[in-house]
Amino acid sequence: MKRIYSIEDACIGCHLCEIGCITEHSLSKDPVKAFMHEKERPISRCTVEELNGGITSLSTTCRHCDEPDCLQACISGAIQKDSEGVVRLDREQCVGCWSCVMACPYGAIQRNLASKKANKCDLCPDRETPACVDACPNRALVYREGSQK
Amino acid sequence: MLYKSVNESFNEFIVERKDTTCIRCKVCVRQCAYDVHRYIESEDCLTEDHTLCIGCRRCSALCPTGAISIHLNQEAFKKNESWSTAHIRNVYAQADSGGILLAAMGNPAKYPIYWDHLLLDASQVTNPSIDPLREPMELRTYLGKKPDNIEVVYDKTTGKPSLKTKLTPQLKLEYPFIFSAMSYGALNLNCHRAMAAAAEELGTIYNTGEGGLHKDLYRYGKNVIVQVASGRFGVSEQYLNAGVGIEIKIGQGAKPGIGGHLPGEKVDDQISETRMIPFGSDAISPAPHHDIYSIEDLRQLIYALKEATNYTKPVSVKIAAVHHIAAIASGVARAGADIITIDGFRGGTGAAPQVIRDNVGIPMELALAAVDSRLRDEGIRNQVSIVVGGGVRSSGDAIKAIALGADAINMGTSTLLAMGCTLCQRCYTGKCPWGITTNNPYLAKRVNPELAAEKLVNLVHAWGHEMKEILGGMGLNALESLRGNRYKLRAVGLSEKDMYLLGVMPAGE
Repeated sequence: MKRIYSIEDACIGCHLCEIGCITEHSLSKDPVKAFMHEKERPISRCTVEELNGGITSLSTTCRHCDEPDCLQACISGAIQKDSEGVVRLDREQCVGCWSCVMACPYGAIQRNLASKKANKCDLCPDRETPACVDACPNRALVYREGSQK
Repeated sequence: MLYKSVNESFNEFIVERKDTTCIRCKVCVRQCAYDVHRYIESEDCLTEDHTLCIGCRRCSALCPTGAISIHLNQEAFKKNESWSTAHIRNVYAQADSGGILLAAMGNPAKYPIYWDHLLLDASQVTNPSIDPLREPMELRTYLGKKPDNIEVVYDKTTGKPSLKTKLTPQLKLEYPFIFSAMSYGALNLNCHRAMAAAAEELGTIYNTGEGGLHKDLYRYGKNVIVQVASGRFGVSEQYLNAGVGIEIKIGQGAKPGIGGHLPGEKVDDQISETRMIPFGSDAISPAPHHDIYSIEDLRQLIYALKEATNYTKPVSVKIAAVHHIAAIASGVARAGADIITIDGFRGGTGAAPQVIRDNVGIPMELALAAVDSRLRDEGIRNQVSIVVGGGVRSSGDAIKAIALGADAINMGTSTLLAMGCTLCQRCYTGKCPWGITTNNPYLAKRVNPELAAEKLVNLVHAWGHEMKEILGGMGLNALESLRGNRYKLRAVGLSEKDMYLLGVMPAGE
């Protein structure tokens, strides 16, 4: 399956991947409306980690593991792997216990404290290429076939 | 402004931010290398210090909602035809600092651009044009000394011809373009990786510049010309033999007669290793080569380099376009150079005194025409190839340069533009917001070598396609047929003397 890979050497720490992610998961899919006018602003599913004042940075996001620890840990069956291998979270079923958050070895699941639901990458089902990849100005995120590592 | 000098307050640019579309994402804050943008948390708003803006447009390019635009400050001094805003501003700056004004890139002043006064020919009725998409079209270029005559022998049994004359080493280029000398140190390693990879893919050459060749790039040897400049940085036997050619840099179009100075702060461990100088020490290139005070001395260095490489590599000599360029070029040819590289006054630099950049040197178009004519008159044009740089902005300019007599074109500024440069001319600060002329690891990451190499390859492919279309339109099927063919050029709006120097006829004649 296609996965998102983060190229550390090319990440410039601009955080545009996060902005793309938030916009894509908003109601309007428009950045101005998503950030300034919509009631509930989504939480970005990718997070830019920075070290040494930004000299080292990379965008972390769900690896869509072959054997996901989050899926094992989920107490409500909200996390499932679909037929293509994408690890999906059903918000209706999520009870906000944060077991997945603790289980993920990549720190790729976020807590949405407002809605008390876990928050994770869904590889943007409405797009050909995930929003974060398209938003990156320096090709530090690539979407291609490969293993989880 | 508070805590700013009067001079600083006469800022050049205005940063305009639309509050209705600003989403407070702070990309501008993170991307600005000059600390123009600031986020005020208590007010949840962004503010800007216009006096720090250099007009690079990094923020406006990366703003996800297009909320930022950069404008020239329209606030004006009283109109004065003699004292332009730039003159006034420079006087203020020097009255403040007492120092030489630094500048970067090529001469931006309003001197004539001869490309814009030359027009190309095309076939109509009496000679057929050629469609380059259907018929072969040759851009391949060989640089190096060509023999006075060639002897061909035929095999007695098979009757097949073969060349008896022994040719001197040649550089083979699939496109008549070279990524011109911009040193490792002035540009960072990411840019050098991009240029080397692009040159390999295109089958052309990348010039190392005077900063040596990084050890990771030795594998691109077949597409590298190594430069030896007055500082002799990174020069070793291994280095000289690493590429397919050697260039002796005498001068640079942006600052003829001036040396170079890479500040110690920019000399990191990799640059120190490559240049073979101590970590953190200033890398100073003297204005002259202290072993070259005459053509005879130049000949000694040319032959020393040829000896060191066992006569397997052509030697180029790079000179800036100055007043007696034709006589100098003749001397260089006679000193044994295989290639003469002429750098016009629009050629770029990472740092030069502004007064030198804006007032010294001559246009490459005139220098090229003068050199080509002189070498032909003396019957030694075949002894050297001519590479020109400094002000070639498009394939149109490039093909006019070929028609004026150039063998190949050095791409400097256009190479930087393809990698993201916006010509803000602040290379000398070491804070390039586009990550090109900076060794700050936070900024240097902004050039992704893979992406930059792709753009360079695209640009050269595009110019190559356009050149083929132009050649086809003229009924020529090889660039070689246009080389020095000034009959294919006509001048508009030039004086008799200009046309005489360029060796072209007026349009309509």
